[in-house]
Amino acid sequence: MNKTRTSGRTIGGFRTLSLQAPAVSLLFLWMIVPLAMTVWFSLQRYNLLMPGMTGFAGLENYEYLFTDPALWSAMGTTLLMVGWVLAITVVGGTLLAVLFQQEFMGQGIARVLAISPFFVMPTVSALVWKNMMMHPANGVLSWVAELFGLPAVDWFSSLPLTSIIIIVSWQWLPFALLILLTAMQSLDEDQVEAARMDGAGPIAIFFFITLPHLKRAISVVIMIEMIFLLTIFAEIFVTTSGGPGLATTNLAYLIYIRALLDFDVGMASAGGVVAIILANIVAIFLVRMVAKNLEN
Amino acid sequence: MTTAKTNSLTGAAPRVQRSPLTEALLNRRLWLGILGWTVALLIFFPIFWMVLTGFKTEAEAIAEPSLIFSPTLDSYAEVQSRAGYAKFAINSVVVAFGSTLLALLIAIPAAYSMAFLPTKRTKGTLLWMLSTKMLPPVGVLVPIYLLFRDVGLLDTRTGLIIVYTLMNLPIVVWMLYTFFKDMPKDILEAGRMDGAGTLQEVLYLLLPLTLPGIASTGLLSVILSWNEAFWSLNLTSSQAAPLTAYIASFSSPEGLFWAKLSAASTMAIAPILVFGWLTQKQMVRGLTFGAVK
Repeated sequence: MNKTRTSGRTIGGFRTLSLQAPAVSLLFLWMIVPLAMTVWFSLQRYNLLMPGMTGFAGLENYEYLFTDPALWSAMGTTLLMVGWVLAITVVGGTLLAVLFQQEFMGQGIARVLAISPFFVMPTVSALVWKNMMMHPANGVLSWVAELFGLPAVDWFSSLPLTSIIIIVSWQWLPFALLILLTAMQSLDEDQVEAARMDGAGPIAIFFFITLPHLKRAISVVIMIEMIFLLTIFAEIFVTTSGGPGLATTNLAYLIYIRALLDFDVGMASAGGVVAIILANIVAIFLVRMVAKNLEN
Repeated sequence: MTTAKTNSLTGAAPRVQRSPLTEALLNRRLWLGILGWTVALLIFFPIFWMVLTGFKTEAEAIAEPSLIFSPTLDSYAEVQSRAGYAKFAINSVVVAFGSTLLALLIAIPAAYSMAFLPTKRTKGTLLWMLSTKMLPPVGVLVPIYLLFRDVGLLDTRTGLIIVYTLMNLPIVVWMLYTFFKDMPKDILEAGRMDGAGTLQEVLYLLLPLTLPGIASTGLLSVILSWNEAFWSLNLTSSQAAPLTAYIASFSSPEGLFWAKLSAASTMAIAPILVFGWLTQKQMVRGLTFGAVK
């Protein structure tokens, strides 16, 4: 027993392998099997509604996919959603982090209230916004609009994409706030104090000290949010079902339509491959950033 | 913190009269407080409104928005008894806790070996695990759906538990790894000197000492599983549907009862909201894989 401990390394290495084996092999299977199947199906003629039509399709599915205006519309919608939500949550989150970093009465409770939406399940937040906030007749927003003598807005028919962006931003703004607030706590107070002594105003301090300090945290927020926002699903499923028309159909929802509503496995898989490639471009940057962090 | 700072400031100022600086500062803090609370309440408002609506009658719920009403528990009672809320809640509990337990069981040995017996490959393995999180679920929806259909896992709790376990495994390994790494090595060494084998070392030293870390890792995993909607909506229908799917069923026009929807939603999010408040710090670590401190 003692011998194995002292001559450790190789045996330790062996033990390391056996301890990690379940986790590693399961994750490997989870990654590689569906991935290989997706790529394989994407090259097949495979529609569950037409069992007779099978066989190798080559790049046919991709050809259909890329000539289908729905794909480009869905890509555009995906980018718009990701872009707007990112802009709103990062800018808003930074400002809120600065605000909630200040000391004021009950700051701890206010903070907890402000980050709460992040813990609400997406189907709940979508339904609450759809029915109780944005309902054209009895929603709180139209009630407020009426207070100011403005016409009520029928959010989901006249501004479908905007509505989704508002709901998703409401969910992810707290995430940005949570991460950025944590990052703020490692801000060097002495440095801020010194700058203040030197006559720097709050705006100068924000741009020359706070913002550079938050740079890394902001980039992490952007990367993580991107990965989740690229595949927003439940919010669309519950509120607009991708409509009206294709107005709120993003790539994730398009694949879902092709797969589980049209039963076109081949086409859906081709869409899946496109989604995977998009996500991986984003992921490479995130993994690099985390890897850099591991070095320190 | 707050009082100490104020005292030192007022202490620095002359006794008789507050200096203009203190005055301004006090004012600033007051205004900050008003601004902070306004923003916080605005952000929280939809949740507050939902909770409130759950205590209204259906008629009051769809009437003009109002804060004045006589609260009733009717919607809660109805959701409990008639809509089969309990079945979905049980599914959520079983799936969220089942997948968390399974993930912890698989992750603890892995994280233990990574933290205490690191090799050259450890960092690479950790990063590779992280990269499996980057695979978008829609990209692999079709094969998982077909696989599950063929082996009879569609609409089963077992199926969801498997998916959620694998979904959370990288995060769980990462968090446990960081907690284990922070643990002082001397204690384990001392244990070894006293003749503890690996199993005893883990069971009697490591696990009790890192219990808070393991607990918050578990909570994070429960939160993520509880709120997950993509897989639950696509892989379950009636038997194994958790609360996420149940709530989504209210989106059909015939399911539109605001008070009941609100009551059900409140019950669905209440435990997770509390868990979330408790684990916000660890949440940051887990969700950013330690890249933000």
